[in-house]
Amino acid sequence: MNEYSYDYRTVQGFILSAIFWGVIGLVIGLLISVQMWDANFNFGEYFSFGRLRTIHTNVLAYGLGIGAEFGIFYYLTIRLTKRNLVLGKLARFHLWLFNVGMVLATFTLFIGMNQSLEYAEFEWPIDIAIVILWVIFTIVILTNIFKRKEEHMYVSLWYIIATLIAVAILYIVNNLHIPATLTKSYHLFAGTNSANVEWWYGHNAVGFLFTTPILAMFYYFLPKATGLPLYSHRLSIISFWSLIFAYLWTGAHHLVYTPLPDWIQTLGIVFTLFLIAPSWGSVINGYFTVDADWSKMRTNYLTKFFVLGITFYGLQTIQGPSQGIRVISSLIHYTDWVPGHVHMGTMGWVTMIICASVYVIIPHIYKTEIFSEKVANIHFWLVLVGQLMFSITMWVTGIQQGAMWKMTNADGSLKYTFMETLVGNYPYWQMRTVAGVIFVVGMLFFVYNVFMTIRKGMAKAALADAKAA
Amino acid sequence: MSHKKDIYSKTIPFALMVAVTILIGTIVTTIAPMFTKGMHPKLENLQPYTMLELAGRDIYQKEGCVNCHTQTVRPLKADVLRYGDYSKAGEFAYDRPFLWGSKRTGPDLARIGGKYPDEWHIQHMENPQAFFPKSNMPKYPWLKERAINVNEMKARMDALGFPYTEEDVAQAAESTELDAMVAYLQIIGTAVEKEGAMVIEEDSVEDENPLAGNAAALEEGKALYAAECAGCHGVNAEGNIGGSLVDYAAAEPASRDTYLVIANGYEGVMPGFASSFSKERIWALVEYIESLGK
Ligand code: HEM
Ligand SMILES: [Fe+2]
Repeated sequence: MNEYSYDYRTVQGFILSAIFWGVIGLVIGLLISVQMWDANFNFGEYFSFGRLRTIHTNVLAYGLGIGAEFGIFYYLTIRLTKRNLVLGKLARFHLWLFNVGMVLATFTLFIGMNQSLEYAEFEWPIDIAIVILWVIFTIVILTNIFKRKEEHMYVSLWYIIATLIAVAILYIVNNLHIPATLTKSYHLFAGTNSANVEWWYGHNAVGFLFTTPILAMFYYFLPKATGLPLYSHRLSIISFWSLIFAYLWTGAHHLVYTPLPDWIQTLGIVFTLFLIAPSWGSVINGYFTVDADWSKMRTNYLTKFFVLGITFYGLQTIQGPSQGIRVISSLIHYTDWVPGHVHMGTMGWVTMIICASVYVIIPHIYKTEIFSEKVANIHFWLVLVGQLMFSITMWVTGIQQGAMWKMTNADGSLKYTFMETLVGNYPYWQMRTVAGVIFVVGMLFFVYNVFMTIRKGMAKAALADAKAA
Repeated sequence: MSHKKDIYSKTIPFALMVAVTILIGTIVTTIAPMFTKGMHPKLENLQPYTMLELAGRDIYQKEGCVNCHTQTVRPLKADVLRYGDYSKAGEFAYDRPFLWGSKRTGPDLARIGGKYPDEWHIQHMENPQAFFPKSNMPKYPWLKERAINVNEMKARMDALGFPYTEEDVAQAAESTELDAMVAYLQIIGTAVEKEGAMVIEEDSVEDENPLAGNAAALEEGKALYAAECAGCHGVNAEGNIGGSLVDYAAAEPASRDTYLVIANGYEGVMPGFASSFSKERIWALVEYIESLGK
């Protein structure tokens, strides 16, 4: 089968869906950022912070993140197995089910169906739908891999397979619940055990939804976009196996100084420190790939997306293990430092690489060029500035908050009331809203660029059809 | 690179190897501990939630309170000073799920039970800013409008295997979501005996206010009163949940007694502030309160 007959409609459908959910999630993010410094921006039950904050994280993680991953994984699978999706119709159904599921899932969060397990908030009927979605996805991809026309599986396929398996295990185990009614269930695990399962899941949601899928994209699209071959195959083998081995041991770094048994905490912290190595394996592989020709940073507009993306991944994987250490945790745990960390990962690494991948895919589908490199550059600089400003303000206020919580007077009393420590955040939270606006405007440039590229591509195809007729 | 037939060409062996690699850490850190005693401790006097308390806990989940409030005090000096005794594993045996949280936008609630009278919570949920003018907590006026759905609650209690009596059902039937929330908040952390982090002895306090007549202290006391005390004692100290401090001051109590009340509070009625306010701050408050009687 030749290149010209590959069917990318489902790929594009997922990318556009992800953009749709992304915009919703980002706008809600802006609203909750304002609510944090002015409670008057809570509007009744459905638009109060407690509900919206949950919707923000879920719509972005599941709608934007996983939506884009579904589409881009299908694209990678088609490319790397050198054939159309064997189960193309099932993939199409998957796309529809995904969007219907997202509408329902978002609705249930609005009405307060919330299991209160971070990143696993959906109630059990939605959980079942998600498992079905994932099984369909797995079947479509594995079928293609089994029937591939390329003997060797490229690195990206390894990460895709690891993602499929790990997410299935994680999601099912942590969502084992005792259903009471259609709208309410209780965790099968209680107390300390519930906490341990949840953070085994939570940390590995980061590992297998925000790391391995993005690495799958990075390993494929960096060489593609720059035309430079991957620096070291051996290094990618070592990083792959050590990463997927070590990740699962480390969830307890979210539970430092809680009643979780000490041995589990300590074991988790040790593996957390080790995690720097496999993470940096990929960072180094990326840098040395571009090292073959750094002028690409200037001449190829996409190179900087990948280089900055992997740089933020590198910073995250130094920052993360540091946060796990007891003495650092005691200062920054529960503070705004953590959202600073989170958003460098989600904005600087995940979204950056997803956008760059989309910039490769969409023109490729239409065999055309990107609508405007200039708009892509504006997008790049705005999201970069927005994200840095977000993380830096949150680091500063996080440390201030952690320090103010700790400080005592000579007579042994606390130096600051809780209110004083809270009010100290307000100026930083206001700056964070500004940072968020900058980031969102940057993303709107991205959306515009994607739509205009599709328009251009469709016009070109129509012209070609007219000529052929 | 030459593509000899290695594991990267064989789908099923590769996938199996991935699964095994992932499962090792999973089993050691998550599955195996489930079968150890350390993961299932229970304090002797810990009781399952009553129907009303569980209804409150469910609303706590529904409203996403865990996004802003933690429920675990770390064994760190400042945590214990601010919130109370550190959390014990045995306190959470009936918690499905755990609600320890990961972010303290608001204060920790692991020791909130019994800290304030019910009326405090009722007014605070209605309007947090009346207690802390600069608080960012949303108002929850809809809670008091909603009745508890008793049939739903029976199904939930049954799912958890928690016992309940006809009286429990009758009580839930005539309660609002707000009542349930208060019932839940008042039970949190009460399986551990309460002890103040700091208790001030009478003879460690000066007879007279060392800051008496100090204008700066008076201002500080006034500001602190507005930020921390006005919710209970009224914006003009006219009294609300707590008594009128104008009347109190008119009776010209001894400065030391006023100091001790602020520092140690009254069990279940007013929290003590010895660990949250420095000596100077408490004396500044005493100075302000005494000025009200003049
Ligand atoms: C080696 C890599 C990493 C390690 C060891 C690590 C470690 C940590 C630790 C210890 C925390 C808890 C901080 C606290 O609450 O005190 C944390 C939080 C978090 N991290 Fe990372 N991190 C890593 C990379 C990443 C990346 C790449 C992302 C995103 C793409 C990410 C997303 C998050 C999120 C979302 C949370 C917040 C969890 C919550 O809701 O409390 N992390 N990380
Ligand atoms: Fe983590």
